[in-house]
Amino acid sequence: MLSDALKQKFDAVIARYPVKRSAIVPLLMFAQDEAGHVTEEAIQEIAQRVGVRPIEVIEDIGYYSMLHRRPIGRYNLQVCTNISCMLRGGGAIFEHCSKKLGIGHKQTTPDGTFSLEEVECLGACCGAPAMQVNYDYYENLTPETIDALIDGLRKKNPASET
Amino acid sequence: MAHYENPMRGSSLEVKVLTERFGIPNVEKLDVFVQHNGYEGLRKALTMTPDAVIAEVKKSALRGRGGAGFNAGMKWGFVPRQSPKPKYVVCNADESEPGTCKDRVLIEYDPHQLIEGNIIAGYAIGSHQGYIYIRGEYRYLMEILDRAIGEAYAAGFLGKNILGSGFDFDLATHTGAGAYECGEETALLNSLEGLRGYPRVKPPFPAVVGLYGCPTIINNVETLSSVPSILRNGGDWYAKIGTPNNGGTRLFALSGHIERPGIYELPMGIPLRRILEEVGGGVWKGKKLKCVIPGGSSCPVLTASEIDVPMDFDSLSKIGSMLGSGGVVFIDEDTCMVKAAWRIMKFYAHESCGWCIPCREGTAWLKALLERFHGNGGMAEDIDTALDVSYNMLGKTLCPLGDAAAMPTISILKKFRHEFEEHLKLGSCPFEARGSESGVRVSAGVAI
Amino acid sequence: MADPITLTIDGKPVSVAAGTLLIDAAKQVSVEVPSFCYYPGLSLQGACRMCLVSIEKMPKLQTACTTVVTNGMVVHTETPEVKNARKSMLEMLLTNHPLDCPVCDKGGECELQDAVFRYGAAETRFLETKIHEDEKKFSNLVYYDRPRCILCYRCIRVCDEGMDVNAYGIGFRAAHSEIIPNRGEHLECEECGMCIDICPVGALTSGTYRYKTRPWELTYTGTICNHCGDGCKTTLSVRNHEVIRANNRDHSGINGEFLCVKGRFGWDFVNNPQRLTLPRIRRNGKQEESSWEEALSLTADKLKSILAAHGPDSVAVVGSNRTTNEENYLLQRFSRTVLGTNNIDHHRTADFSSLVGALTAAKATDRYATMENIVGAKHIFLIGNDPTHQHPLVAYQIRQAVRQHGAQLYVISQGDIKLRRQAARYLQVQLGGEAAVVSALVGASALPNNLIAGGSEAFGAFAESLKSAVDLVILFGDAIRGDEVRTMVRWGLSMPGETRFAPLGDYANSRGAADMGMLPGNLPGYAPVTDESARRKFESAWGQATPISSGLHIKAVAEGIEAGRIKALLVFGSNPARTFGLSKSTLAKLELLFVAELFSTETAECADVVVPATSFAEKSGTFTNTFGQVQALKKTMRKAGTKSDLEILLALARLLGHKWSYQSADDVLREIIALVPGYAIALPNLLIGRAVATRPEGTPPPLEKPDLIFSSRDNLFGSGTLSRYSWALNSVDEARKPYGHEF
Ligand SMILES: Cc1cc2nc3c(=O)[nH]c(=O)nc-3n(C[C@H](O)[C@H](O)[C@H](O)COP(=O)(O)O)c2cc1C
Ligand code: SF4
Ligand code: FES
Repeated sequence: MLSDALKQKFDAVIARYPVKRSAIVPLLMFAQDEAGHVTEEAIQEIAQRVGVRPIEVIEDIGYYSMLHRRPIGRYNLQVCTNISCMLRGGGAIFEHCSKKLGIGHKQTTPDGTFSLEEVECLGACCGAPAMQVNYDYYENLTPETIDALIDGLRKKNPASET
Repeated sequence: MAHYENPMRGSSLEVKVLTERFGIPNVEKLDVFVQHNGYEGLRKALTMTPDAVIAEVKKSALRGRGGAGFNAGMKWGFVPRQSPKPKYVVCNADESEPGTCKDRVLIEYDPHQLIEGNIIAGYAIGSHQGYIYIRGEYRYLMEILDRAIGEAYAAGFLGKNILGSGFDFDLATHTGAGAYECGEETALLNSLEGLRGYPRVKPPFPAVVGLYGCPTIINNVETLSSVPSILRNGGDWYAKIGTPNNGGTRLFALSGHIERPGIYELPMGIPLRRILEEVGGGVWKGKKLKCVIPGGSSCPVLTASEIDVPMDFDSLSKIGSMLGSGGVVFIDEDTCMVKAAWRIMKFYAHESCGWCIPCREGTAWLKALLERFHGNGGMAEDIDTALDVSYNMLGKTLCPLGDAAAMPTISILKKFRHEFEEHLKLGSCPFEARGSESGVRVSAGVAI
Repeated sequence: MADPITLTIDGKPVSVAAGTLLIDAAKQVSVEVPSFCYYPGLSLQGACRMCLVSIEKMPKLQTACTTVVTNGMVVHTETPEVKNARKSMLEMLLTNHPLDCPVCDKGGECELQDAVFRYGAAETRFLETKIHEDEKKFSNLVYYDRPRCILCYRCIRVCDEGMDVNAYGIGFRAAHSEIIPNRGEHLECEECGMCIDICPVGALTSGTYRYKTRPWELTYTGTICNHCGDGCKTTLSVRNHEVIRANNRDHSGINGEFLCVKGRFGWDFVNNPQRLTLPRIRRNGKQEESSWEEALSLTADKLKSILAAHGPDSVAVVGSNRTTNEENYLLQRFSRTVLGTNNIDHHRTADFSSLVGALTAAKATDRYATMENIVGAKHIFLIGNDPTHQHPLVAYQIRQAVRQHGAQLYVISQGDIKLRRQAARYLQVQLGGEAAVVSALVGASALPNNLIAGGSEAFGAFAESLKSAVDLVILFGDAIRGDEVRTMVRWGLSMPGETRFAPLGDYANSRGAADMGMLPGNLPGYAPVTDESARRKFESAWGQATPISSGLHIKAVAEGIEAGRIKALLVFGSNPARTFGLSKSTLAKLELLFVAELFSTETAECADVVVPATSFAEKSGTFTNTFGQVQALKKTMRKAGTKSDLEILLALARLLGHKWSYQSADDVLREIIALVPGYAIALPNLLIGRAVATRPEGTPPPLEKPDLIFSSRDNLFGSGTLSRYSWALNSVDEARKPYGHEF
């Protein structure tokens, strides 16, 4: 179920544009923020609100790499391995996360706490190697800071709670 | 919330125009901003005719900071004066070019400067609505901007009858959702219309047929952020800071194998060598420089012997590269250029929108070829095949993403052909064999 | 008109209209610029980059499909650079393309295969692993094979821009991009199959054709679809006297590339094993198989004795609205001369007669609309019909007119029809209210209350905006008939410009049936049977007298059977039990019920004699579409055991002592051309596959009863008996959606 707050936000966002369908991508992002992924309900709701057919919403989800239709972990570790990060060990950071969590690219831990993703340039090149956990940036990463970060997140969100 | 560390590392060579207010406590708040010349450029503009504003910007020789380097005032001049349709200002804050992270600081440390630039642009072309298209990952920046926009509305800098001038202008942010191609201006427009970010056939150009089919100007964050000071201090003042035809300063993001990675505001035309040695503190760990990507990963690489070039659009173009988006990536002697080429191509193969054949198929092919080559499956023909496939993409795609993928690849294949040949001779990566590649491994090359 | 543009292509000067695309200009001087994504009439993509050419003074190669010609442009299409670009596009396309041409349905007619043959790139330098995806079944009729797909987006555009269905989208991105259907894993749409035909490669394949044959093993015959009244040209592909598929290979008909689900898939009733192939005779209450000879002589004998005992008017004839003009013409001759009765009728689905009468009276018989008039129209007025379901080609052409040159569409209809999306003005009326609204609109009467959604205000706005229309094309359904047709025509002709009219009738030859005089009150060409000079013309040609007073229409025939006045009923290609509700017990009162049919219908089940008729695929002749355009039907195959109505009628006439000299349908057509007003058409035009317009002129008798005219309101997947026996039409889920469902 989409929350009332979200529905209100939908209204406000749609009102920004002379053509409603402009709001599709922002609405998808906000719906995903709430549910963790884009639900079928959100697709139908958005299509109906902006007056397009559901397939047009689905086309957008397929195109934009931040949008996904399946649930992922509570914390999505998005490690940049693009050129600036690669030069400063981004690949090793990804490997380290992978080993520590026991999951690979686009996989989720069985308890649903973490997902891992190798992503393209995050716009944090001067702080390479960098990653994003959900929307938060972490930079100048080392295996040690990664360990501390993951352990901290795990404590904040014990598996039993999810 | 995790911190984005301040990349403004400071240098005595900096000339602070865009960043003059950085570091003033709370300058992201409107009242503080106003105390420091904030919205003065707008006030000035509103006393001028729109044509005079455009003339001033033309005079400044401000060239687009998004990558293509088109004269901003000229672009504004292409918008029809009289239009039965509404006109739009679109600010490109999609910043996704690998090596580039400068728009980010402009939004984080001085959001009102950008808002002011948008309003002035709107006034100049007779637009009453602007959108700032911001990449999805930059959520915290969108929140900063939304807050600032709210303040600007409350203070009468946005909305109806701005500062009693009779000019109306609305501004809103719009989030992307992860697509490099949406930085390309026409793909951005489609994305802003709720479609997949496919580029449009040009002509017609956005200045005539843009958002919703209406006249539209699209400018980069840094370009628009430069506008208030141009209005405040005059186009001539700005033009003088740079080299002829390349006015003002620009934010350079230094990354890669350099001692002091960071963002620095430097005058146009400063030699690359000075950036490396005097600003960036030289190659990290005392190593030797192998090459430099001068303006984001789409630019042909420069070898260590080519770094005396002045960093402006024309000088770089003269030596076959580009100033691009100001992301300068330094690469040291221990880096495998086959792997660098592969990683760059992996990016383009992932980000190709898939619309046109040469880019969709060419990037996927080259990525697979380079991956195999680096993974010791290389064959002598591969080098020429890769070169040929790159040339077959170059200049033949619908939008410049295909060129962006081909150009660095061609330059690496040509300037570092010997490294490819070494791979063949050795049957493996010479750098990995020497153990000199610090923690850089080819990780899972999954494309999606 | 702006001045033409002159340019040079490969050294050849060419002049074309301003705004022409370079790729089209090149065709005019026979320079072929290869293309995949370019498709005339659909939006421009610039995606495949096959059409790159070199233009002097331009730094890069340019796409000919998006470049508008300019004066003095100098273009080269065969430079080494251009050739290399083409070759490299193909090489790149083939990287992920499976080279399964030997088993691919498209092999032999694949645009990619042809391009590789012509421009090279047969050997590849691609050594990497190809991206694989399993084939997907989008519906019973459409399959998708991603690896073969070259992403030219033609399917998406034809579905969206042409069909306004929008069932396709693009999923994922980059090299993983693929075509996706609108309902999760499957497609919900009008199932027109345009996407299959328009696909340049074998990515979209037909559920009914796939893996059945190689295209070069087929024989191709261009003929006319047997379903609705629009008259689409369709090419039947036949192997061993079996139709394997239908499409419109050469795009030469009035339908261009269009075919609806019926035209593309609905021909399969022809192959249905339930086809009748042996005559049947009722003996002791049960139908038993018999020989042709026996069936026909039994019929002739019975007819002789009934005629002798009860006179000619004890016999009645029901004809078909999907047999050929020649057959209809012969059937009415048979009725009027061999039997001697005007008791002949058929299921009338639109009031063609009244339109002929009204236009003749107004001396405006140049104002019949043709299908082409719709495409070119600036203003179209549609009354009481849902072309999406009843006239798919009309719907398509209306959409083309709206999309390509901004035609204004005005719609009056009961239901919320899909074309409302294209309508500039729309007025929703109560059931049966169209006639009253039209009458009010033209000022002939006051607007009755509560007829219109939106009341008099909506009506006023509609009327006002219609006033600015010029060169209207008025399309009307079965609700406008008799006097209302006359009123509407009078009003239409008073409008500025050249107003044109077309009644929208169901079935492939409704119009031809009326034109050929398969009506109780008029002769071929609409002259009343009471008109002596008209009668004399036919009588002298036939060497025989015809009855001088009107016969019974079908409802009166039904009463006549009940009352015992009608003793024999001859039915050709029609199912009155279903269409007119003639009950079993009524039919049982007949001394002779003779039926010529493809399948055992409700009527045929009650018959004393049933003979197996040939289908449209198995005979030659002509059809007249609902616009009065005549087109040739071509025989494509034989069906053992069947005879055409023409052969049946010739045989019956002979058995009843009449010597007819016709050898073939051609002979009949020549007589039609000579005798039937409005049908003086040029045979060569017909033979080369054109649709030849007719302009009937006449003063037909007034409509006897309004409810003689009624549409069967078939939906997109139905057309009476024929569609009932089509596997394809019944196999799609959409066929079971309620009438009017939009996709
Ligand atoms: C593939 C591609 C990606 C681009 N990405 C960006 C971007 O992220 N930000 C940007 O400002 N310009 C980007 N550009 C350049 C824009 O198309 C456009 O030139 C620019 O926004 C114009 O603004 P400017 O004149 O102020 O530079 C990109 C271009 C291409 C071809
Ligand atoms: S070059 Fe072609 S496939 Fe690549 S991003 Fe541009 S249009 Fe899309
Ligand atoms: S036909 Fe021109 S790009 Fe496809």
